[in-house]
Amino acid sequence: MIRDVVVIGGGPAGLAAAIEAKKNGAEDVLIIERDKRLGGILQQCIHNGFGLHIFKEQLTGPEYANRFIDEVKNYKIDYMLDTMVIKIDKDRNIIALTPNDGIINIKSKAIVLTMGCRERTRGALNIPGNRPSGIFTAGAAQRFINMEGYMVGKKVVVLGSGDIGLIMARRMTLEGAEVKMVLELMPYSTGLKRNIAQCLHDFDIPLYFNHTVVRIHGRKRLEGVTIAEVDSERKPIKETERFVECDTLLLSVGLIPENELTREANIPIDNITSGPIVDESMQTMVEGIFACGNVVHVHDLVDYVTFESRIAGRSAAKFVKGQLSFNDKSFKTKGTYGIRYVVPHRIDPLNVDDSVNFFMRVDNVYKNVYLTVKNNGQIITKVRKAIVTPGEMESVVVKRSILEKLNKGDIEFTLEEIKND
Amino acid sequence: MYDVLIIGAGIVGCAIARELSKNELNIAVVEKGYDVSCGSTKANSGIVHAGYDAHEGTLKAKLNVRGCEMYEGLCKELDVPYKNNGSLVVAFNEEEQKEVEVLYKRGITNGVPNLKIIEKNEILSMEPNIKDNVICALYAPTAGIVSPFEMAIALGENACENGVEFIFNCEVSNIYKDKDKFMVETNRGIFEANYVVNAAGINSDKISKMLSGRIFSMIPTRGEYCLFDKIIGDLVEKTIFPTPTEKGKGILVSPTVHGNIFIGPNAIYQEDREDTSTYIEGINEILYGAQKNVNGIDMRYVITSFAGIRSKTNVGDFIIDIPQRGAVNAAGIESPGLTSAPAIAEMVVSLLCDQGLVLRKKKYFKANRSNTKKFIEMNDEEKKKALEQNPLYGRIICRCEHITEGDIVNAIRRPLGAISVDGVKKRVRAGMGRCQGGFCMPRVMEILERELNIDRKNINKDGPGSYILTGRTK
Amino acid sequence: MIKKIICINCPLGCEMEVLKDDGIIKVSGNTCKKGEDYAIAEIMDPKRIVTTTAKVIGGDREVVPVKTDKEISKSFMFDVVAEVNRHIFSAPLYVGQVLIENIFDTGVNVIATDFINRK
Repeated sequence: MIRDVVVIGGGPAGLAAAIEAKKNGAEDVLIIERDKRLGGILQQCIHNGFGLHIFKEQLTGPEYANRFIDEVKNYKIDYMLDTMVIKIDKDRNIIALTPNDGIINIKSKAIVLTMGCRERTRGALNIPGNRPSGIFTAGAAQRFINMEGYMVGKKVVVLGSGDIGLIMARRMTLEGAEVKMVLELMPYSTGLKRNIAQCLHDFDIPLYFNHTVVRIHGRKRLEGVTIAEVDSERKPIKETERFVECDTLLLSVGLIPENELTREANIPIDNITSGPIVDESMQTMVEGIFACGNVVHVHDLVDYVTFESRIAGRSAAKFVKGQLSFNDKSFKTKGTYGIRYVVPHRIDPLNVDDSVNFFMRVDNVYKNVYLTVKNNGQIITKVRKAIVTPGEMESVVVKRSILEKLNKGDIEFTLEEIKND
Repeated sequence: MYDVLIIGAGIVGCAIARELSKNELNIAVVEKGYDVSCGSTKANSGIVHAGYDAHEGTLKAKLNVRGCEMYEGLCKELDVPYKNNGSLVVAFNEEEQKEVEVLYKRGITNGVPNLKIIEKNEILSMEPNIKDNVICALYAPTAGIVSPFEMAIALGENACENGVEFIFNCEVSNIYKDKDKFMVETNRGIFEANYVVNAAGINSDKISKMLSGRIFSMIPTRGEYCLFDKIIGDLVEKTIFPTPTEKGKGILVSPTVHGNIFIGPNAIYQEDREDTSTYIEGINEILYGAQKNVNGIDMRYVITSFAGIRSKTNVGDFIIDIPQRGAVNAAGIESPGLTSAPAIAEMVVSLLCDQGLVLRKKKYFKANRSNTKKFIEMNDEEKKKALEQNPLYGRIICRCEHITEGDIVNAIRRPLGAISVDGVKKRVRAGMGRCQGGFCMPRVMEILERELNIDRKNINKDGPGSYILTGRTK
Repeated sequence: MIKKIICINCPLGCEMEVLKDDGIIKVSGNTCKKGEDYAIAEIMDPKRIVTTTAKVIGGDREVVPVKTDKEISKSFMFDVVAEVNRHIFSAPLYVGQVLIENIFDTGVNVIATDFINRK
């Protein structure tokens, strides 16, 4: 049997893509999820703050996920749990492994990749010292505490001011741990302002910018860390080193899209986002294989994952029905001057329904800038921004009517200083 | 009362135990650590050296060449991944070129087969990522790679299956003789034995002293390593050495049997025998050393760094002798100790026999380990069969290395099975991949809890005291 | 009394100073009205949604995530967690199920935010 759309991953991206594919006429949609439940990482994100854009209310992670899970069930979308895809190929053959049926082969007309991301580890940071227990990625600690009901430590230092780290600082404090400090290598936070206020300030947890952990101590369980201030080149300053006693170090130092399946299938990857290169339809550079959510680029709000995934699901359905156009009138997008990356990477205006929402991240903190979109030196649109920071994803909407008028060259995104007039 | 008591369950102790277990003997291994392969063996380059490094006439030279010969067969017997990938010692200037020639001659004298000096073009066609200012290299096609702890575990496990008793968390404090018997005092009581073997690695000087044997000093030598993601796993195919210095074989770049790349080690002398921490200076040193010889060593792809301690002594050669009647030292086993271990085992057994140990071959010696294959390594037919017998093979726990619940359960239930998270990792690689256990650790703990029937709070990362959880939240 | 508050309404994160003196409140450092409102609320009666977990028996998980169904005074945060910790709930539980009604007579309920099936 050939499935219409197979969605790999049952987190927020996969759920939204599957529902949207079904709504748009894909008959036989299947979600393959490796965990024992649908919902993905949202299952362990028990804090609230999800859904402001999609539902106009603040939900917790599991509540947000459950709204989509209910919809999956209402639409009678097929899903397999406890099943892991181990290989896909360009012809959209899927090999998966599951305890009940062993190795299964599935052929699909379209695939949507929604494998999400993983956390950067101590190893990737190369923090020197011993290798004791007590060092966790913030997400691993979150799973232990929120899903399994186990505490991971008593005296905590958090490295990295990413959102999961901030959330876990509050969570561990509420569960009785002493969170001593949060350290951030950069001069600005990579987490949302809201989280700094409500996770750190509410509990008087200090946040030290330009600081990092330079050494891990303890041969069995973590006994402490040496921290230091860093200079403008992010190099630790020897004289500022000091020892902080703790039994737990939480790492919240970045997320990496999980693209092992993508790579093995030779689907082109963007070196900056570490996710597949996608077009306006969230289609990868391989026909019929779509991708959305954190597997493409790391989002800070799940709402945006949902928006993006709806496009992917819709497009997958269109593809299955032969309604996705193919022509060479495709533009590349390009970030310059302050813009690290732009997603989607390519635009075919004929496949755009009404407009394209371009997502991007800046490389530093800038105040009073225009986020400008250009083509052939001509300004297409510009948005005034009081502040942009690497921790908060930016977006610009460009109408199809404008995109249709372009004839050659890249679509360039840049930051421009606002001159006082 | 044992016929032979072996002190130390590293690669050497395990090899000796396994070799002796071919005979009708009552054998025990006492180990200070909580598992096999807790000391020098744990963090080792995993290179099966060809044998051109050690000076002519040394034990190192003889046992290295012999060990290298034995490895492939032994790995086959024990079902341990081994790859005969060959090695290159690369020279970038005249001085290094001369050193390569010296090594070549030494290798010939030591009896290393098929050694060859090759020129730039041949080197670069073999290994395109070697820096192109390379002049020549010593090519040793007999060199190989193996996972050191998997090898030690396999040897230990097989010895155990053949009746050897392993006593962990057991530290020897004193040895004396009562009539003809050795009395070995430990924190777990006194053990009696007719023969004692010192395979105590970094503490082999202390045991030698207790046996009234040769006095020598241990010079604990730390070596740091970085392990890289499989994404750059095809950077080199052979093990790439610089020309050696008096400090050792230098910083090498090598694939692992599992398809990663690693760089290291440096050589730092230190007092502390157990400090296996890494230092930023050391990491920079090995990075510099590796990048000097090979292109494409990108720190973005590091998945972990670690350090090991070599049991280096002031003697300069392995110390394999008879400290007193009935005892044998296998002490100061530094590089090429991993390679030599099977040959050291043969030599130790023959030294025991020289002193009167009588060997009667077992009728039912089990040379092979059974049921060792990981799901990912099986062919389609084997996979099907495994899944029919145990559906847990259908549940992937470690996403990065594709290790299934069946593999993990197997690692726990095997002889000398895993009792810690790292024990599982060393046996079946769950948590060894790029996410370093971020996803699978909670699930590995759940499986350990169920299989060993111990509370999750009492499961350690590694040895005693390395607890992971501090209690329940509710 | 002067209190420094970082505004959470947008990425600008204005650092505001709130002066409270004899019932008069003055906010400075804000760039918009939203900021002022937030600052006043934060100084008068800061409120939060509290989320935590509660112990479950007989379920496919040992804990269930819970939240207060409305904002509750910030000063109650630890008390809410402590109160939740005094209870044990039996599976099955469903999303939105009221677990503790009218906690501390605040009119706020503690509700389950995920479902827990029977083991």
